[in-house]
Amino acid sequence: MKALRILLIKALRILAAALTALRRNVLRSGLTTLGIVIGVGAVIAMMEIGNGSSSAIQKTITSMGANTLMIFPGAAASGGVSFGAGSTMTLTPQDCDAILKECPSVRAAAPVIRSRNAPVIYGNKNWVPSEISGTTPNYLSVREWPLSEGAAFDDRDVRNSARVCLIGQTVVRELFQGQSPIGQEVRLQNVALRVVGVLDKKGANMMGRDQDDTLIAPWTTIKFRISGTTTANTAAAAQAAGTSTTTQRGALYPGSAQGIYAARSATQTKNSPMPVRMISVDSISVAATSSEEIKDATTEMTGLLHERHHIGEADVDDFNIRDLAEISKALSSTTTMMTNLLLVVAMISLVVGGVGIMNIMLVSVTERTKEIGLRMAVGARGADILRQFLTESVVLCLAGGAMGIGLGRGSSYLVSKILHWPTLPSLGAIIASVLVSASVGIIFGFYPAWKASRLDPIEALRYE
Amino acid sequence: MNLIELRDIRKTFYLGEVVLPVLKGISLDIAKGEMVALTGASGSGKSTLMNTLGCLDRPTSGDYALEGEEVSRLSNDARARMRNLKLGFVFQNFNLLPRTTAHVQVMMPLLYGAEYISQKEARARAETMLVRVGLADRMDHQPSQLSGGQQQRVALARALINRPSLLLADEPTGNLDSQTTREVLALFKQLNDQDGITILIVTHDPKVAASCRRVIRMADGLIEADEITAGGPS
Repeated sequence: MKALRILLIKALRILAAALTALRRNVLRSGLTTLGIVIGVGAVIAMMEIGNGSSSAIQKTITSMGANTLMIFPGAAASGGVSFGAGSTMTLTPQDCDAILKECPSVRAAAPVIRSRNAPVIYGNKNWVPSEISGTTPNYLSVREWPLSEGAAFDDRDVRNSARVCLIGQTVVRELFQGQSPIGQEVRLQNVALRVVGVLDKKGANMMGRDQDDTLIAPWTTIKFRISGTTTANTAAAAQAAGTSTTTQRGALYPGSAQGIYAARSATQTKNSPMPVRMISVDSISVAATSSEEIKDATTEMTGLLHERHHIGEADVDDFNIRDLAEISKALSSTTTMMTNLLLVVAMISLVVGGVGIMNIMLVSVTERTKEIGLRMAVGARGADILRQFLTESVVLCLAGGAMGIGLGRGSSYLVSKILHWPTLPSLGAIIASVLVSASVGIIFGFYPAWKASRLDPIEALRYE
Repeated sequence: MNLIELRDIRKTFYLGEVVLPVLKGISLDIAKGEMVALTGASGSGKSTLMNTLGCLDRPTSGDYALEGEEVSRLSNDARARMRNLKLGFVFQNFNLLPRTTAHVQVMMPLLYGAEYISQKEARARAETMLVRVGLADRMDHQPSQLSGGQQQRVALARALINRPSLLLADEPTGNLDSQTTREVLALFKQLNDQDGITILIVTHDPKVAASCRRVIRMADGLIEADEITAGGPS
C-alpha cells in the first residue's frame, strides 16, 4: 500500500517535472502538439461524420424497403426442361395468411398479383402504368407507403373483388392534371375502377424505376375481373398443385370451412381427386420487424412453407425468398469503406504529427543537452532521463489528443449545424484517439528520449 | 579512513589512432573535512581528475575508494546513484535550469533520490538549504532575476541538498567579479568549517587557491606539488 503510494507520488513528480519543462517553452509545445491536435481532430470528425452518414443511409435504405422480403414461386421443370423462376404457381393467399400468423419476425405480409401492363383510361386520356398489382391493404404497410389522399381499400373489398383502386402520383399527374382523382372512375381493360386513394410520392426505387407509376387494386379484382393475369405455365402448375393449398370448389364462402357437400373420406379423396381451382399469387411481400430480423424471418418462413407445401429434406424448394439485404449491405459497406478511407487519411496526418513531435523532441534534446548533463551529474540514471523525455512527449501527445477531441467534436457539431450533415458521436473513436495519441507519443518520443539517455554526462555538461 | 583514496589512477583517451594519456598515475588521499584546491595549467588533467573523482568518468586503470567504497569499476547506474547520494557539483557557469524558480532548482536532485522523501519534506529541505546559502528572500526567483553570485548560491544549495560527503566545485568563481568571488569563497569556507563538508575546488585563480588549506598543483597528468598552505583567507 505504502509502496504504491510512493510509486504514485514518484510518477506525479516525474509528470510535474515534464510539465515544468514543457511550460518553459509554451509556444513551441503548443505548435508541436498542433500536428496531433489536427490529426486527432480529423479522426474524430471523420468518424462522427462517417458514422452519421452511414446511419442516415441505413435509415434511407430501410424506408426504401430494405427489410422487405419477397417470396416467389419456384421453377417448374418438365422432362428436364426448366421453365424458370415463377413458372409454378405454388404460392397462395393462404400461405400469406399463415406467414403473418405464425412467423413472429414478420411485421406484415401481403400477396401480390401482377397484371400485364395495360392502359388505364380516364376521360380522353390514357396511360400505361409501369406496374399494375393486385394485393391486400397490408401491402401498404409492408412497403411503408402512406396515402396522400383518400383511404385504402379494405379486406372486404378484397373479399368482394370490389372495383376500387389506389393510384400513384405519376398516374395522377398523367391522367388527372391537377384534378382530384378521388371518387373518379378509371378504366382498366374495360373494367371500371373507382379511385379511392392516392399513394404518397415515393420516387424511384434502387433500380431507378419510378415507383409512383403504379396502380394497386385488391388482388381478387385483378385476378378475377381483369383479364391478362400473368398465368404462367398451367401444366406445370397442375403438377405442383398436389402440394398446394387450394380453394376447394364448393366452399360456400372464401375462408369458410363449411362445405355444401358432405365431407369426403380419405379413401374417396385418394380414389377420385377433386379437380381444384388454383388460386395462386405471383409473389408475397413480407416486411420483417427490423432489418436485423430479416435472417430470422427467412428461416421461419422457409420452415413454414416447407411444412405447408410438404417439402421434405431431399426435395427442391418450390419457392424462393429474396431480400434486399444484399443491397443494403453493399450500400452500408460502401459508407464503411469511405469512413475507413477517411480514417486512413486522418491516421496519416497523425503519423505526420508524430514525426513533428519527434523532430521537436530531438531539437529539445539537443537544446537541453546541458540540462541533461546536469541532471545526470546530480544522480539521474539513463532510465530517469529516458522516462522524463518520454513523459514529456506523451504529455504533449495526450494534451494534443484532448484538444483534438475537442476540435473534432466541435467541427462535427459545426458540420451538422451549418451543412446539416448527419453526425453521430462515437465513444470508440474518442477512446481510440486517446490510445493512438499516447502511442504516438511513446513511439515518436522514444528515439529522442533514448538519445538523451545515452548522452555522456561529461560531454553534455561541456556542451555549448 | 580517508574520504578519498586514489591509487595509481590512469586515464587514457583513444582518439582514433592517437593515444592520449591524460592522467599518468595519480595517487592521492583526501581526509574528511578538508578543503582542497586543485590547480594547474590547461591540459594538465585537472578536469579529468575531477570528473573521475565526481564519478562522472571511469579511470582506465587504478583504484578509487570513496568513503572506503571502490567506485572506479561501478556501472553507469551505480555511479549515478553515487553522485546522487555522496557528491555535489558546482560549475563555473552555474548550470541552472532556465525559467525555473530557485526552490524547484534546489529540489531537483531529490527527484532522482533512491530514498523516498515526501513532497513536504523536500520543500522544507530546499528551503533550509536556500536559507543556509543566504537566499531566504529569493526562493521564487528565476535565474534571470538573480545576480551571478546569487545564481551560484542556488547551485550550491542544489549541490548540498542530498547532504553529500564531497562537494566538487569546477571554477566556481570563474564567472564572478572579485566582490562576489570573496562572498562565495567565504560561504565555502563557512560550510567547510561549520558543517565539515569536504570541498574540492578546481581553479586557475591563485587567490582562490590561496584561500584553501591544501593546494594540489597538477602538471602534465601528474601531481606536481601537494602542499599545506597557511590556509584561511588573507
